[in-house]
Amino acid sequence: MNKQQIRKGTVKRLLSYVTKNYKKQFIAVFICIILSSIASVAGSLFLQPLIDNYIVPLLGQENPIFTDLLFAIGMMAIIYVVGIITAYLYNRIMAVIAQGVLKKIRDEMFSKMEKLPIKYFDTNTHGDIMSHYTNDTDTLEQMISQALPQVISSSISIIAILCALIYLSPILTIFVIIFTILTVIVTKTIAGKSSKYFIKQQQSLGKVNGYIEEMMNGQKVIKVFTHEEKSKEEFDKLNEELNNDMYKANKYANILMPIANNLGNLQYVLIAIVGTYFTLSGKLTLTVGTIVSFLQLTRNFTMPINQVMNHLNSIILALAGAGRIFEMMDEEPEKDDGYVTLVNVKRENGELVETTERTGIWAWKHPHHDGTLEYVELKGHIELKNVDFAYEEGKTVLHDISMYAKPGQKIALVGATGAGKTTITNLLNRFYDIEDGKIRYDGININKIKKEDLRRSLGMVLQDVNLFTGTIKENIKYGKENATDEEVIAAAKLANAHDFIERLPKGYDTMLTGNGSQLSQGQRQLISIARVAVNNPPVMILDEATSSIDTRTEKIVQDGMDKLMEGRTVFVIAHRLSTIRNSKAIMVMDHGRIIERGNHDELIAQKGQYYQLYTGAFELE
Amino acid sequence: MIKKLIKSIGEYKKETILTPICVSIEVILEVIIPLLMAKLIDEGVYDGNMNVVYKIGLELILCAILSLVFGMFSGIFASKASSGFAKNLRRNLYYKVQDFSFSNIDKFSTSSLVTRLTTDITNTQRAFQMIIRIAVRTPLMLITSLFFAISISPKLSLIFLVIIPILAIGLYFITTTVHPLMKKVFKTYDNLNNVVEENVSGIRVVKSFVLEEEEKKKFGKVSDSIFKDFSKAEEILAFNSPLMQFSIYVCILAISWFGAKIIVASGMTELTTGELMTMLTYAIQILSSLMMLSMVLVMMTISKSSVERIVEVLDEEPDIKNIKGAINEVKDGSIQFKNVGFSYVKNKKKECLKNININIKSGETIGIIGGTGSGKSSLVNLIPRLYDVTEGELLVGGKNVKKYDIEALRNEVACVLQKNVLFSGTIADNIRWGDENASDEEVERVCKLAQADEFIKQFPNGYNTYIEEGGTNVSGGQKQRLCIARALLKHPKILILDDSTSAVDTKTDSLIQTAFKTEIPNTTKIIIAQRISSIENCDRIIVMDNGRINGVGTHEELLKNNVIYKEVYESQTKGSEDNE
Repeated sequence: MNKQQIRKGTVKRLLSYVTKNYKKQFIAVFICIILSSIASVAGSLFLQPLIDNYIVPLLGQENPIFTDLLFAIGMMAIIYVVGIITAYLYNRIMAVIAQGVLKKIRDEMFSKMEKLPIKYFDTNTHGDIMSHYTNDTDTLEQMISQALPQVISSSISIIAILCALIYLSPILTIFVIIFTILTVIVTKTIAGKSSKYFIKQQQSLGKVNGYIEEMMNGQKVIKVFTHEEKSKEEFDKLNEELNNDMYKANKYANILMPIANNLGNLQYVLIAIVGTYFTLSGKLTLTVGTIVSFLQLTRNFTMPINQVMNHLNSIILALAGAGRIFEMMDEEPEKDDGYVTLVNVKRENGELVETTERTGIWAWKHPHHDGTLEYVELKGHIELKNVDFAYEEGKTVLHDISMYAKPGQKIALVGATGAGKTTITNLLNRFYDIEDGKIRYDGININKIKKEDLRRSLGMVLQDVNLFTGTIKENIKYGKENATDEEVIAAAKLANAHDFIERLPKGYDTMLTGNGSQLSQGQRQLISIARVAVNNPPVMILDEATSSIDTRTEKIVQDGMDKLMEGRTVFVIAHRLSTIRNSKAIMVMDHGRIIERGNHDELIAQKGQYYQLYTGAFELE
Repeated sequence: MIKKLIKSIGEYKKETILTPICVSIEVILEVIIPLLMAKLIDEGVYDGNMNVVYKIGLELILCAILSLVFGMFSGIFASKASSGFAKNLRRNLYYKVQDFSFSNIDKFSTSSLVTRLTTDITNTQRAFQMIIRIAVRTPLMLITSLFFAISISPKLSLIFLVIIPILAIGLYFITTTVHPLMKKVFKTYDNLNNVVEENVSGIRVVKSFVLEEEEKKKFGKVSDSIFKDFSKAEEILAFNSPLMQFSIYVCILAISWFGAKIIVASGMTELTTGELMTMLTYAIQILSSLMMLSMVLVMMTISKSSVERIVEVLDEEPDIKNIKGAINEVKDGSIQFKNVGFSYVKNKKKECLKNININIKSGETIGIIGGTGSGKSSLVNLIPRLYDVTEGELLVGGKNVKKYDIEALRNEVACVLQKNVLFSGTIADNIRWGDENASDEEVERVCKLAQADEFIKQFPNGYNTYIEEGGTNVSGGQKQRLCIARALLKHPKILILDDSTSAVDTKTDSLIQTAFKTEIPNTTKIIIAQRISSIENCDRIIVMDNGRINGVGTHEELLKNNVIYKEVYESQTKGSEDNE
């Protein structure tokens, strides 16, 4: 693909955010910038008539009359007032536009992210996704609120000044242009060098910071192994490299300004000499006022050029950031063609009738192609039939998986990492869609069920507990916003979490931050179990829910889960085989296939893989 | 506070001093240039004297070139000084952390130390460069320009008396209102990132509870408050450039009006047209310096908190240090706890260990079991003096641990921590942490001991397999075995395993235990475990509960008379008994 084309698209799309919502404001900004730039150029131009018309002619007069000057100054004042007002207006309007656009982009980005399939989160690192909200948005913000108006105003200034210069003296203007081109070349060379070393600096900085992070994380190990001196040595090496690159990068950046400034000064002097020379030698007829005014304008000419060049870099950076943001926004969202929904029903004469009441009985509302409606009671009967699945094309991770769980049955999945246990659970709630075969829920193909209703009917407890910033109560209510306090407490009691929550100084109102880091791993897991309990789902998936908890706490958590599992269909993946012994059926998985199945006693009698795992001959990882 | 930082300038003193000197010369030249310009116009252009034009022109070119040279040097010196300063500061901070004891590290937390060593250093460096360059440049520019302006025309300079306070007050008002708003915005940014972070890592939870819409609302609220606060701040900031323009325009108009009058009235004696132009240049220089100054002040307040955080680390005293005349040799692996009490915070109410008394003979194998928070890890951490006891006495090899040289002690007490860390590098590199000079055979031997040799050899690159940062490319059980091998390579007199075989299967675990018994019989071994099977064959087992020793004895003894031990044992074997 053509890089230039991508950029063009990005610019257009970015501008569309501005023009779509802020068309009038943006036009107003544009006009204001023009007026304000012209006002400032007019100020420099004013020197010429000031000297030539209002000062020189009055020199030596007995009773000089200043009314003309007063009038001219009055005119200038009016122009200036316009300049100041327009400057204020464009700054202010632009601020609103910039923030509005950023808010819109942020909101759109987030709501898009929420719609993306799990696959996106599994294939992109969290750091990369986060950086769209931090780095990329930051550079964009810089560009919209600062670079963009600056570039517009500088460009207009450049044009206005150039016109003024030509008006004052076309010949001298040629000198200015030649010198300006020279300046641009010099500064561009330096800027290029600088950015080259800045990239290097960023790399070494990344290396040093990475090293620091790794060592800080392993600081206790360093102490235990008395490796302090060694770690200092290695650090010094990296630090010295960084120092070198940083010095070079900053050197070029630092000398850029004085060079640009003094080249401006040099140009100023040369124009003065050339101008005077031409005037005195009679080749040109320039008045003092014209020369003074011209000099003042040249001084103002280099500044906007440097500004444009400075900002060009940040604009390119911002466009790259915007490109990445748009890339995320263009990701294919999670599709949902489901039409079977979950509704509350009541029984009337043995028939299921839909109702808006909360009856506690749920049914799948299944509209058929022939226009008839069928209500199937939600029971939690799950069936997988000849399921194949691949995360990446050609790399099948599940082969011909068939199994079923009748309502209320507990099915265990056992096997090494990569055997495909978690993949099966990913398919049940349609985080991923199967390639071949069928999964039926109460007899309905889950592809026909609306995703949100399917997921509401499945409770999940995962090994890595994710709690959200908020009180414990809010976290337990997470799945059911309108749950009453009684329901929350009942759920916590069921999960064995009530006791420890009550013992916290603020009880259920304890604030959790940073993924509940103030609680122990076991306590966090108990809360996540209570969170599922509130929802009262007929089917549950427990994926290694107790594997990172110490044995004494595990007993409490296990009791909580056992209570929760009663009367529900449960798929359980467990590390410690003692926790799945009482399952109705145990599936031993290996490389995406079910290699053994049966209950505990049957499998032990088989003396196969399960037997070996159970007796500790194999390591489960 | 500043004194601590100045030390880090170190060998870059020369550049640090030369920078402001070069900056000063550059500024003075830049102020002289407009003055010469006035002369050029008055005596050259106005009077039509080409010789004067050449003479002054030459002076001007010289000034511009000198200013360019000094400007370049100031830039070069400044970058050398500031990156050197950052280097030293980073090193000093890093070295300081290396001297920290565990309790010092706990106090700051790992992530905050990382921030201090990275972001805060960068901020401080930026502030440093600004101080030696711009913070010198702007006030000097302001003062000299003002000085020359007054020397040209005291009467016209009166305008500055009016306009400088107006601009200063205006800028003060803008920055003081914007700064707190921005602070608030940055806090809200943290909230926003927090919501995103929670959603990214908890996306499975969000999706399985079908709460995308709720999360959007949550996010919308935060992004709304950023929009509001930021817009408010920007609306006030929008006054900045009109205020500046107002000041400049007022100066231009006033100088033009009064200047013209003075010129005409005095007939070019009190003020000339060239000088009028110079006054205008000075006006712009003065006012923009004032504006820069306000920016510098804001930037400095921003970096102030970074500086404070750095100094906090520099000021921290490592609380475990060698005493004078420390002993370098640990006689044997015997350990004696005498009435030991310990608390992480110097606050008796929250004691982690109370009244610990136990004698461990050299070469003994001790198992420790107990629930989370019962004090197992705290107990063993005292042995290599990772923490100091707060009460009582702890003897290793018959002498108080405080009397040993810390390095000597830790070389004899190898500890495999609960939070295992492998470092990026090859497997062999990682194992050699225990002994840099160990031979390949030696490395292989300890790996065999830790039952790691077999799986290492299954990797395509064997011992040269590269371990990713944090050891993410090996399994938990493999990582634990590598960490054990690493500790074994130290040939310690005491070996401590803090829950280090939890991810290893029972069979391998028992192979490790057997290897310990036969291969290193004289090493004192202390093993903390969750699984009874990992410790049941120990010489003695300590049951910890709530910071106290609840019982000591062999497996059989404890089964008979220790309630906790029995309970744990039963919960773990409940399943297997009726089947095997």
